[in-house]
Amino acid sequence: MKGRIALLFGSVSVALVAFALTSARVIAADKVDPAADAKAFQNFFFQKFPEVKHEDFVNGPYSMNADMKRQWQEKEEFPPYEFALEAGKEMFATPFRNGKTYADCFPNGGIGIRQNYPYFDQKEGKVVTLELALNRCREANGEAPYSYVKDEMASLTAYMAFTSRGKPMDIEIPDDPRALAAFESGKRYFYTRRGQMNFSCASCHVESPGERIRAEILAPALGILNAMPIYRSEWSGMGTISRRFVTCNSQTRAVPLEPQADEYRDVEYFLSYVANGLPIAGPGARP
Amino acid sequence: MTWSRPLAILFALSLAPAARAANEADYTAAYAAAEAASKEASGLRNQWTVTVSALAAAKKAADGGDFDGAVAAAKEAEALAKASIFQATSEKEAWKAMEIR
Repeated sequence: MKGRIALLFGSVSVALVAFALTSARVIAADKVDPAADAKAFQNFFFQKFPEVKHEDFVNGPYSMNADMKRQWQEKEEFPPYEFALEAGKEMFATPFRNGKTYADCFPNGGIGIRQNYPYFDQKEGKVVTLELALNRCREANGEAPYSYVKDEMASLTAYMAFTSRGKPMDIEIPDDPRALAAFESGKRYFYTRRGQMNFSCASCHVESPGERIRAEILAPALGILNAMPIYRSEWSGMGTISRRFVTCNSQTRAVPLEPQADEYRDVEYFLSYVANGLPIAGPGARP
Repeated sequence: MTWSRPLAILFALSLAPAARAANEADYTAAYAAAEAASKEASGLRNQWTVTVSALAAAKKAADGGDFDGAVAAAKEAEALAKASIFQATSEKEAWKAMEIR
């Protein structure tokens, strides 16, 4: 009898310990931990491509293919984004009709700050991207906002990115549950399959970087926004981050969201944060 | 072997109703069902471009008086919209399987 009781007691104890351990795991898995996510994200790519220098991931497909890299390095002598860069510099310095300029809207006069965008605005409770901040600056000074997917926005962000070249991405997530929720929302968007092709962002940029999709070589997700905006030969022009998200959605046969939708802002926040420490390389050029 | 069996089949076939051409009411019902599913997909932020194209094709066929084509396109749109709803619903949890940890 005593033996049975001891056996029963032992079994119940084992079950309770197992339950406690499992519960702790579930809680740990559901806890939002951006620092751990960023570490795991970077390690995944560093281990998958041990021959690629860490700072080289920001060069997208060129970090994956030596031939393409050589061609790109030659093209960089006369980069195709140069016109946009010059236009952006001029636009940035040109006063609005009220006499103010973009420099009045940004810390450090807007120079060398690209690496801090997007940021979480605790007043608004949402992510603010550089493109959004530029249009808000325009509207605050009585100017009409630019299209998020056209040349003017690409030129402005190209100039601002250029003034930050080489600076490490430095995105902060404040100790605010709304900021953590935005990061988590961005992560969910990145991994969620959508469109008739049933692709997520990760299907191409985590599972298949370096592989070909038709004629293109897929870029790794790590540092994918560090070189934005980009001149794409496929577009015969410049493209903003908004344009990149919209196009990716269309290619999976999903109806794109409106530029600067909360989901796009959040996924930009997620992708930028996990690239912390990697250098800004924008504006970039892509096939 | 007699002729009775083939004759019976022919007789039965002659009584079977011929496939009826679709009319405007069929199209209206099919389009409404497709549109409802499409709106549900939109509400889930997961509309597919092919659903939108199929809906437009249905409308265009109906405007041209081709109700057979219009019903077929509307049914295709409904099926696509339902697939996108299924995708959005299942991905609420399924995305975690892809996550780098």
